[in-house]
Amino acid sequence: MINVALPKGRLGEKVYAMFERAGYECPSIKENNRKLIFENADKGIRYFWVKPSDVSIYVERGAADIGVCGKDILLEYSPDVYELLDLNLGKCRMAVAAKRDFYDDNQKTLKVATKFVNIARGFYASKCRDIDIIKLNGSIEIAPILGLSDVIVDIVETGTTLKENNLEVVETIVPISARLVANKASFKFKTEEIEKIVESIREQVENND
Amino acid sequence: MIDEKIFKNEERAIFALRSLYRQYGYLPFKMSKFEEYDLYVQNKDFLVSDRVITFNDTSGRLLALKPDVTLSIIKNTTDETGCKQKVCYNENVYRVSGSTHQFKEIMQTGLECIGDIDILDIFEVVALGAQSLSLISDTFALDLSHMGIVSAILDEASSDELFKKEAIALIANKNIHELRALCQGYQISEESTSAIITLVTTYGETTQVLNALCGICKSERAREAYAQLSALCTYLEATSYKNQIKLDFSVVNDMNYYNGIVFKGFLNGIPESVLSGGEYGMLLQKMGRKSNAIGFAIYLDLLEGLEGERCDYDVDTLILYDDATQDIALTKKRELIEQKRSVSAQRSIPSKLRYRELLDLREGESK
Repeated sequence: MINVALPKGRLGEKVYAMFERAGYECPSIKENNRKLIFENADKGIRYFWVKPSDVSIYVERGAADIGVCGKDILLEYSPDVYELLDLNLGKCRMAVAAKRDFYDDNQKTLKVATKFVNIARGFYASKCRDIDIIKLNGSIEIAPILGLSDVIVDIVETGTTLKENNLEVVETIVPISARLVANKASFKFKTEEIEKIVESIREQVENND
Repeated sequence: MIDEKIFKNEERAIFALRSLYRQYGYLPFKMSKFEEYDLYVQNKDFLVSDRVITFNDTSGRLLALKPDVTLSIIKNTTDETGCKQKVCYNENVYRVSGSTHQFKEIMQTGLECIGDIDILDIFEVVALGAQSLSLISDTFALDLSHMGIVSAILDEASSDELFKKEAIALIANKNIHELRALCQGYQISEESTSAIITLVTTYGETTQVLNALCGICKSERAREAYAQLSALCTYLEATSYKNQIKLDFSVVNDMNYYNGIVFKGFLNGIPESVLSGGEYGMLLQKMGRKSNAIGFAIYLDLLEGLEGERCDYDVDTLILYDDATQDIALTKKRELIEQKRSVSAQRSIPSKLRYRELLDLREGESK
């Protein structure tokens, strides 16, 4: 039995569709209910919906053999997992954004508001820039508007939210997309099953390119 | 006579492994809980985690609760041509745990073979690694790799240290898509890129992997490392663990310390590697020593995760007594213990105690 952690939401639904096309369907997942675990014993697969930022935890701790999560989560938490495929889904970028009239005064400590503390810290450390990190859990965009921070480090998809808040991207840190990850120990004991799934999904990704 | 059923997985493993290591001439090594902090500062990158718990002793010296066993063992060995020192240990180390980012006490058992080591010693240590896992669980896997091959192929590709560091991290995660992008970014030749990708895509049964690697090990260093790995695999083929031992180059370690065979062991049901080992001759060189060394550690605290025998009861019999019946309770308790039953005598029922049978001796209670 392969346990798959899927991120709740639109991305997870797209990923499930890929698994379904790969021959790992589980019809009960489409029923309209509040269940979180779905199993197709004949196909040897069990899916569960989890919060997108928790997928890597389920996989690293072995509760899931494989899972799909954003590169942002992998960069932020550095879980010890295999990153087997870039699914080319959920494409966006991790970027630095600021108010349109922002001027980066190198003489002052840069105040950075973000949910992604480690990514922001690593990015500015590589530039030897002194920063003051302000960890926020949501509505990051309002931090520069209210003077809480000079810039924000956040995920930018279309840029609409930034635009509506009079912000713009100053610099792209890294492109983000969904990745198929696997628990390292599970991979040793379920090699063939996991390889079969990965190969079938890889074909779909390559055909979509 | 001790009833083995009362042992936890990790306790059972300690005794079984110590006995195994003694058979192969590894002598137990007992070390102090503390070491001078300097020892770790000088070899910070060798440690699994560079965070160390420090404190000042009564004379003001800065000491550390040991985060590692190997460095202390090396300090206590000497170089002797043609000889090796073999030690085994069972110690607690204090490290920051990867997933929780908190300090954790980790119970480790393992062995080190330090000195003029040859292929037979390397074989012995790797085979003992596999045998150790087999003593703990029937379903295990031991993945072997060779840092000599990995570093020779990366050195051929580029001399940029940052490239090599990033490439090693991606190889460890079997991340082919980003390895390709990294090679492209550093303008690595197609031939070298393909060799690096082969390291990631080729894993599994030893003969098959060695055949696939043959074509990419071109430099003298790579060929030397390949020859050593092949020789080791030939010896391992003759053991009863040959089906559990696989080659997998995602097992990597710091190139500045590990120059040869590296390996990791896994037990089915435990989500991370329980055994980690390798040849760390370069660490000894950095310490001004001539010897080479190989060893491994098993993280016993992880064995808690293995399914053990489930026990539905804490005691066989719970005896309840009061002032009037305490002497009868004492006699009853003695009788039951002589019958090899576990007993707890109490004045009332403890809320968390699970018992198979209740013997209520209190006045006015039914018996």
